[in-house]
Amino acid sequence: MRPDSRSGTSPTGFYTPAAMPIEIDIAHVARLARLDLSQDELDGYKTQLGDILDHAAQVQSLEGDPSTESEHPLGFVNAFRPDERRPSLDRDEVLAQAPESRDGFFVVPPAMESE
Amino acid sequence: MNLHELTITEAGARLRSGETTSAELLESTLDRASRTEAQLHAFLNIDRDGASESAAKADADLAEGIDRGPLHGIPLALKDNMCTRGLETTAGSQILAGYVPPYDATVVTRLKEVGAVLLGKTNLDEFAMGSSTENSAYGPSFNPWDIGRVPGGSSGGSAAAVAGGSAFGALGSDTGGSIRQPASLTGIVGMKPTYGTVSRYGLIAFASSLDQIGPLSKNVEDAATILRAIWGHDPLDSTSYSGEYPDVSADLGRDVRGLKVGVVKELAGEGYEPAVEQAVARMVEQLAGEGAEIVELSLPTFDIAMSAYYLIAPAEASANLARFDGIRYGHRVQGATTEALMANTRAEGFGPEVIRRILLGTYALSAGYYDAFYGQAQKVRAAVQEDLASAYESVDVLVSPTSPTVAFSAGERIDDPLAMYLSDICTIPMNLSGDPAISIPIGVDPQSLPIGFQVMAPALGEQVMFRVAAQVEQLAAFTARPVLEEVVQ
Amino acid sequence: MTPAKPDMGSWESVIGIEVHVELATRSKMFCGCAVEFGAEPNTNVCPVCLGLPGALPVTNAQAIEWIMAIGLALNCQVSERSVFHRKNYFYADLPKNYQISQFDIPVCHDGYLDVTVDDVTTRIGIERAHMEEDTGKSTHLGDSGRIHSAEATLLDFNRSGVPLVEIVTRPDIRSAAESRAYAQELRSVVAELEVSDARLEEGSIRFDANISIRHGGETELGTKVEIKNMNSFRSLERAVTYEIQRQIELVEAGGSIVMETRHWDEEAGVTRSMRVKEGSSDYRYFTEPDLVPMVMDESWVASVRAGLPELPAHRRSRYRDQGLDQELAAVLSSAPEALRDVYDTAVDVDADARSAANWLTGEVIGWLRRTETDPIDVPLDGQQLAELIAIVDEGLVSSSAAKEVLEGVLGGEGAAKEVAEARDLVQISDTDALQSAVDEVLTANPDAVDTYHGGEQKVVGFLVGQVMRATQGKADPKLVNKLLRDKLKD
Repeated sequence: MRPDSRSGTSPTGFYTPAAMPIEIDIAHVARLARLDLSQDELDGYKTQLGDILDHAAQVQSLEGDPSTESEHPLGFVNAFRPDERRPSLDRDEVLAQAPESRDGFFVVPPAMESE
Repeated sequence: MNLHELTITEAGARLRSGETTSAELLESTLDRASRTEAQLHAFLNIDRDGASESAAKADADLAEGIDRGPLHGIPLALKDNMCTRGLETTAGSQILAGYVPPYDATVVTRLKEVGAVLLGKTNLDEFAMGSSTENSAYGPSFNPWDIGRVPGGSSGGSAAAVAGGSAFGALGSDTGGSIRQPASLTGIVGMKPTYGTVSRYGLIAFASSLDQIGPLSKNVEDAATILRAIWGHDPLDSTSYSGEYPDVSADLGRDVRGLKVGVVKELAGEGYEPAVEQAVARMVEQLAGEGAEIVELSLPTFDIAMSAYYLIAPAEASANLARFDGIRYGHRVQGATTEALMANTRAEGFGPEVIRRILLGTYALSAGYYDAFYGQAQKVRAAVQEDLASAYESVDVLVSPTSPTVAFSAGERIDDPLAMYLSDICTIPMNLSGDPAISIPIGVDPQSLPIGFQVMAPALGEQVMFRVAAQVEQLAAFTARPVLEEVVQ
Repeated sequence: MTPAKPDMGSWESVIGIEVHVELATRSKMFCGCAVEFGAEPNTNVCPVCLGLPGALPVTNAQAIEWIMAIGLALNCQVSERSVFHRKNYFYADLPKNYQISQFDIPVCHDGYLDVTVDDVTTRIGIERAHMEEDTGKSTHLGDSGRIHSAEATLLDFNRSGVPLVEIVTRPDIRSAAESRAYAQELRSVVAELEVSDARLEEGSIRFDANISIRHGGETELGTKVEIKNMNSFRSLERAVTYEIQRQIELVEAGGSIVMETRHWDEEAGVTRSMRVKEGSSDYRYFTEPDLVPMVMDESWVASVRAGLPELPAHRRSRYRDQGLDQELAAVLSSAPEALRDVYDTAVDVDADARSAANWLTGEVIGWLRRTETDPIDVPLDGQQLAELIAIVDEGLVSSSAAKEVLEGVLGGEGAAKEVAEARDLVQISDTDALQSAVDEVLTANPDAVDTYHGGEQKVVGFLVGQVMRATQGKADPKLVNKLLRDKLKD
């Protein structure tokens, strides 16, 4: 289970590059995440992501197949609240934080349709 | 001894004996802060007025015989990712510059209820993403032991404040080690409770299934004191534990005779500084000398725990940080359409580490990659939990170094994300499992930089964890203090 | 008026319908803000439903009970274990830029709803009913209030976080009429359960249709188009009709259907394409880490099932068993509950079911409207109705006079018999009393008698009329008819 001790480039010396390169459509990912980045920035992040994912791909070396998803460590279920009203926030206090508001509404430029 | 150097227990005793007042404790603390902030930059915001008011009220209460408990009148600091009503909360990010929450986090409400004096908000890596506090949009914090070095992260500000004497204790948050690692690097105690025992309501989320709030303090007893005040079921947090809570103080001072202590094989070796390994080994011997049974254990899944963490945490973070879009609060960069506004705001408002993790997380969840990355990481997480479950069949606690190294130099790892991530290799498994863990300072290395010893216990095992931690503290007899030159601002 | 059915030739339309139902809980799905229609903007908001940093959701137990009720009413299986997921996408009215919803383990699944159109009943499969939270509302400021010419958008988050149940059918629907019938039946089920106001015009129930076409006999599905913005049952039917025709015409002209979302434009009577998205959405679903799983054990499901009211289909069936024809059963079933209660009581005391139903759905409803009385205050009980029916049956009053009697009863003048007497509506049904009038009329109209004997039976009507005149309209016309005919036979 231990990674090979081929040396990497980090000072601590024990990360291992993966066998296969990982394909990353960084422009697509940035769009999904609503981050308007320059081409230089995109190139830089793509390389870094590749390095990190090489390391993270170690998860695929897990032997066996435990229960598919881990849960809350204390494993409880059914955390509910009764259908009761609680006081809402004061609108003025809320809108005081808004970058732009008008007549009780938040204001934004015309919204385009969602993806 | 200056007042600000007292522990919470000592300060509490003096308050009740009349030797000092909360106002005096506060003044000593603020005075110390004014002399150290230039070097440390532990705080983003010191709330002098609010703190003074609280201190005055605490003194008035105590004079009337109203005693709210051990934190009454004690100045504490809060990491700036915990919402404080009426007080700016930035999460160390430009995107929340000027944001004033309209509500208090539950932990803040509880500290107010027990009469604590809230000093202000401490610096952190942006959105708690980092291990050095160098990712703060408001400038880094520094280590009182050597101001050319990092205090660790992401709760570096809280650690620097406690270690530097400008807070009696502090709250931090720990997602991959962000309380324990800075505690280790700054020579103080830092503890991550069992997941679900401290409410996350009002904690600006990084990774929901991993985040926990916990104490940073000068000693083990103070950590237990703070923990008792902030933990407990909260109906506003669905992941909050509603069963019976351990008695953390019951076994402080009890010996470790007969306890089985597991040494984790995987948390040693290449990449660990010799001084750290030696100090840890020596402490293990001392525990054996006190009657503990030492067991060498292998937890093979710990080797890939970090990989799982660096898929799960960013994935959850990518969704948690989606709400920062310039629409309802925070920084806004204009755009012709809402879509453009959001994308401009986020690109400008977030720092590089945050952007990196959002991209990583988005990728790990995206169509075609989910199974291989996020899905698989969850399986590893389940495997780590299984590994620990079987380990705890043969031991009561596990021990290891808290960090493979002592404090590194400012700027040393900032350009190498992976190297930075490796700071958390010892702490991450406990976030994946949700189990409690604590770091206790046990010595310094040849450069006088602190070394931390980590004690880990099963879920809700705080009682035995504190028991061992207190024993470790006693054996270490760690009295070294940082030599910090005071500079009046 | 139903739009004319298009000539489909060999084409078959395959339709699935998605319904969103806003639950009428007191508080929102994940926080304690009020669920309230028409409140001042942004007055029912809190850190949770505004998506403020640090906020956390906590599930409303009532909403879970109600989605279970909906699922059971739709003959679904209730999942033993269910979880919430985050559906990730960015939109101005979605505060967290993810919606807490359900992905692969919905609360309810695999049910059905039977729908009848023109005496043909089809079982429409229900794939799932899942729980999610509603979004805020956008208003577009600009010339026409429409998105394409807007200068700014105003956001109100009062609706953000309202509990929403999404119900998805299998593509089992085959026509516009069936689509409408499904929508109406589903709405009446939801209304019956009293879990939602279910008002289309208010948006507390919303319908989207997925429509594709294929040649009859084919098993593969064609490319589907999603239609939104149908704000009444009528526009639903019109929109589906239009879209089916549009698709057929497009394909017959050699084009191909684009998978897209189209808006129904009620004024123009057409569906319009919305901006075509590049590729389909990647919602990056993952289990919601701020919530814990829900376990719906057998005893919980059983208690919800036990609490279900009588559902429309069952009620209609019961009415049919009691002797009502399909149409009357349907009409009575949709009548206000108070009136249905009157019917039930009347039938319990052995009143004729059909008469009771006809009175209630006809004259009584008319009276309620005229007097602007809330049905819940109807001043008529089952006993009184039974009596009214009885006195008509006995011949004490004619059926036309009975309408006046009813008015009197509703007006509080007393029981049916009393009112009939007080208003002098009692008809003469004493044979002896009428006999003389009959004899007189026959004597006075010898030509009519001859006409009758000559083979023209219709002249009896004239003679009946004469007797009615002679008795100031009080004679029982049926009896008069009988007496005349008996006499004429001689």
